[in-house]
Amino acid sequence: MKFEMINIIFSMPEIIVLAGASLLILLDLLLDKNQKSVIGYLSLLVVIVAGISTWLIAGNSVSIFDRMFVVDSYATFFKMVFYLSTFLAILMSINYIKIEQVEHGEYYILMLFALSGMMIMASSTDLLSIYVGLELMALSIYILTGFLQHRRRSNEAAMKYVILGAFSSGILLYGISLLYGITGTTQLADIAAVLAKNGTSDTGLVLALIFLIGGFGFKVAAVPFHMWAPDVYEGAPTSITAFMSVGPKAASFAVILRVFLEALGPVSANWVYIVSGLAILTMATGSLLALSQTNIKRMLAYSSIAHAGYAMLGLVAGGPDGIASVMLYMLIYTFMNMGIFGVIIMLRKGDFKGEAIEDYSGLSKSNKLAAFLMLIFLFSLAGIPPTAGFVGKFYIFMALIKSGFVPLAVIAVMFSAVSAYFYIRIVMLVYMKEPVREFDLARSLPNSLALAIAVIGTIVIGILPAWFLEMAKTAIFHS
Amino acid sequence: MDAVHNCTGYPILSLVTFVPLIGAAILLFVKNATAARWIALIFTVVDFLIAIPLVLNFDRTTYQMQFVEHYLWIPSWNITYHLGIDGISVLFVFLAALLGWICVLASWKAIDKKVKEFMIAILVMQTAMIGVFCALDFFLFYLFWEAMLIPMYLIIGVWGGKDRIYAAIKFFLYTLAGSIFMLIGIIVLYFTGGQTFDIMALMSQKYAMNIQIWVFLAFFIAFAIKVPMFPFHTWLPDAHVQAPTAGSIILAGVLLKMGTYGMLRFPMPMFPDASKYFATPILILSVVGIVYGGFLALAQTDIKKLVAYSSVSHMGFVTLGLFVYNTMGIEGGIMQMFNHGISTSALFLCIGVIYERTHTRELSDYGGLSKAVPIYTFFFTIFMLSSLAIPGTNGFIGEIMVLAGTFRYNSIIAAISIIGAVMGAVYLLSMYRKFAIGEITNHHIKEAHDIGGREIIAMVGLAIFVFWIGLNSKPFLDIMHVSVGHLLDQMNAVSSNIAAIK
Repeated sequence: MKFEMINIIFSMPEIIVLAGASLLILLDLLLDKNQKSVIGYLSLLVVIVAGISTWLIAGNSVSIFDRMFVVDSYATFFKMVFYLSTFLAILMSINYIKIEQVEHGEYYILMLFALSGMMIMASSTDLLSIYVGLELMALSIYILTGFLQHRRRSNEAAMKYVILGAFSSGILLYGISLLYGITGTTQLADIAAVLAKNGTSDTGLVLALIFLIGGFGFKVAAVPFHMWAPDVYEGAPTSITAFMSVGPKAASFAVILRVFLEALGPVSANWVYIVSGLAILTMATGSLLALSQTNIKRMLAYSSIAHAGYAMLGLVAGGPDGIASVMLYMLIYTFMNMGIFGVIIMLRKGDFKGEAIEDYSGLSKSNKLAAFLMLIFLFSLAGIPPTAGFVGKFYIFMALIKSGFVPLAVIAVMFSAVSAYFYIRIVMLVYMKEPVREFDLARSLPNSLALAIAVIGTIVIGILPAWFLEMAKTAIFHS
Repeated sequence: MDAVHNCTGYPILSLVTFVPLIGAAILLFVKNATAARWIALIFTVVDFLIAIPLVLNFDRTTYQMQFVEHYLWIPSWNITYHLGIDGISVLFVFLAALLGWICVLASWKAIDKKVKEFMIAILVMQTAMIGVFCALDFFLFYLFWEAMLIPMYLIIGVWGGKDRIYAAIKFFLYTLAGSIFMLIGIIVLYFTGGQTFDIMALMSQKYAMNIQIWVFLAFFIAFAIKVPMFPFHTWLPDAHVQAPTAGSIILAGVLLKMGTYGMLRFPMPMFPDASKYFATPILILSVVGIVYGGFLALAQTDIKKLVAYSSVSHMGFVTLGLFVYNTMGIEGGIMQMFNHGISTSALFLCIGVIYERTHTRELSDYGGLSKAVPIYTFFFTIFMLSSLAIPGTNGFIGEIMVLAGTFRYNSIIAAISIIGAVMGAVYLLSMYRKFAIGEITNHHIKEAHDIGGREIIAMVGLAIFVFWIGLNSKPFLDIMHVSVGHLLDQMNAVSSNIAAIK
């Protein structure tokens, strides 16, 4: 690989994030212990600069680094989702990690590294660069999960995540090498060409597909690879739970769509039923197990499993609408899920953790605004119009029915009704029960800003989805 | 069909839909409870005043959609902001606008906690309900249809009675479960009907029988739960009993109408073959609902529950009328929808008024109201008689038309449904005897003061329609007549032939 200017220019956003993170490591050494939030604000700046540079090179479709890496509108769309989720997560963290007494500069720096990993994932057109991005993201998040060093639960979650994550990476690598063995290449486009020529008869191919589904399924917490999610979500610092429930999930879907619909598109008959089956299982498990949770972070873990199930339906639908529906869904999910976590983070103050669902009883009495925000985010997660969550689900159902999967859409709406129950159950506690204790919210300007962004996104996409929809539709790969 | 016709020169339908929402937005910034009440009242009255020119300017000679507004909204899905009303929807827009200010008056004193939030919920509700009757785009329709769940859930759950939480969740899940099937139906229509959500465009097409059957069922489940038809009715008594008075008025007055309106507007004309295919089972369910609702009403000791079950019975008459497929039946059904909106809302209003004074809804606690609160009893008697369908009141017109239409269709079904009408007399009169006549047994009643100006205004507002329709139903039938004729033409799928003969 030669040193070429074009490579530098078009990977500028990634370079900015990585260089910014490295500079912040140095700066971190110079700062006093009580000045760490400076790193937080500077990492916000890094995200903004990266966002601007991405915007500047947007509109092109350029393949660089020997076709390992591509800058296209698809990658740009997902990068914007990553910037948004990282930006919101950092805003929510600034006050939160102070309260948790884990205010270290590395916290933000690791988030930036995770971000760069996600960006590489979205832009990769080669299984190897995908793997590099994936591991960069995953390793950073393993550490962030265990960031509450003094808490056993956090350590345990990190341990579990590392071990299972390493295992799933192994499975994924195995799948990749099998695919390489069958096709002789790791380039997505070349794999597609070979598969299209040779057909679907190879028995090794089925094994490769199963390993790939397993490896990626783990990353998005699809059933039956979801076991880690509730424990990790519960144990991680809440701001990191918020972050990993959206950013890395969106990144994984960015990769899944590219790999399955581009490289493995010619053999879709081999995987579409497996993925449909897993999608149903994922929705069912997520929705049904969420019903019985008493800890809100665990409940949201199951809810996010269910949401991954809906997004998988977009993959099943395939085609331009299938891709665009998942993209839009990920954007919407970022707003609403970050929003609900923002409210939860606001409740963490002093001895009060705000994790037991019962703790939210009567929140509307003491804090109307927080209660109202919860109402909007929860109804959006349940997919009730006129919130964004409805638009997201609507598009996925549209794509499914267009591709002829009507029974699958019917199953999905049934689980959607089930999942509505555990969201409105919280609304019920918030609005209809008497308070069990005094609420004293940990208000902070950054967190309020994050909530404002989240709620505006949730409402605006719900009422005026046209622009966002258009953006997703024009940003699918090969367009 | 797409003649843009708006003689008022201003977007009157958008106004009538969104004026309450503007009021809700203003209320966000109001702190004082009294101010909140007045603002809510002003906006609902203004909304009602806007609905009046809507009726006055309504052209009764055409079935075309009127006051149409049509703008591009979400281009990539071909979704438009499309509003318009015909002779059927105009009645329900008017009814919803009328009940709006009555709801505010009814909750003036009854709601004393979180007044501002309550008024916001009522106003948002109002926008969603009127929007449902005006929408001519399926996406927009569904948006209004579902958006209504949120305020209603809160109205029942926050301001309701003892078991309000159970009732609120049951209401929410039942209606949500029904309407998401409709969502699937809508999307299937979108793809079979040429990638559009425009109701008028989708209506002008013919669908293959297998599509008709499935999509009809998807719509029917959603609407049947909303009506609610037997056996989907179990959420209704819970919701009615637990809801505050204004909530019950909205539920009985408008919400249930959305179900029958939906049936009339979408599945019946769009899937004529499927709706004929399913007509007999639906008629049987209607009759079962009429009789069963009547028996259940008879067995109740809680007066609110009694009226709630009577709703099941009355709404059975509506679906009965609609599915006999003749002018008499359908016009009777629509009339009955409007009547039920007036009479049952009025009865709930009356129950709410007396409950404020006595804090009981047990029939055994009552008696002798006519002596203690004569003005109240006067109005209560009117509404009870209208619910009973005594000649001279609105209820009579609707019921007799439905029965006449049903006789023309099938005399056995009509004969059975008459049992339901008789049952109505039995449970309403026995309720009235225990409630208003006899000795005063409860000291609360003895001490109760009679209704005042605010309550009288609300009741007069409804009583006017009881007698207006009862004594001169022609204007109401005229307004819907052409549209119903067109609807029947669509259902018989011979619209072009008839036009040629004319």
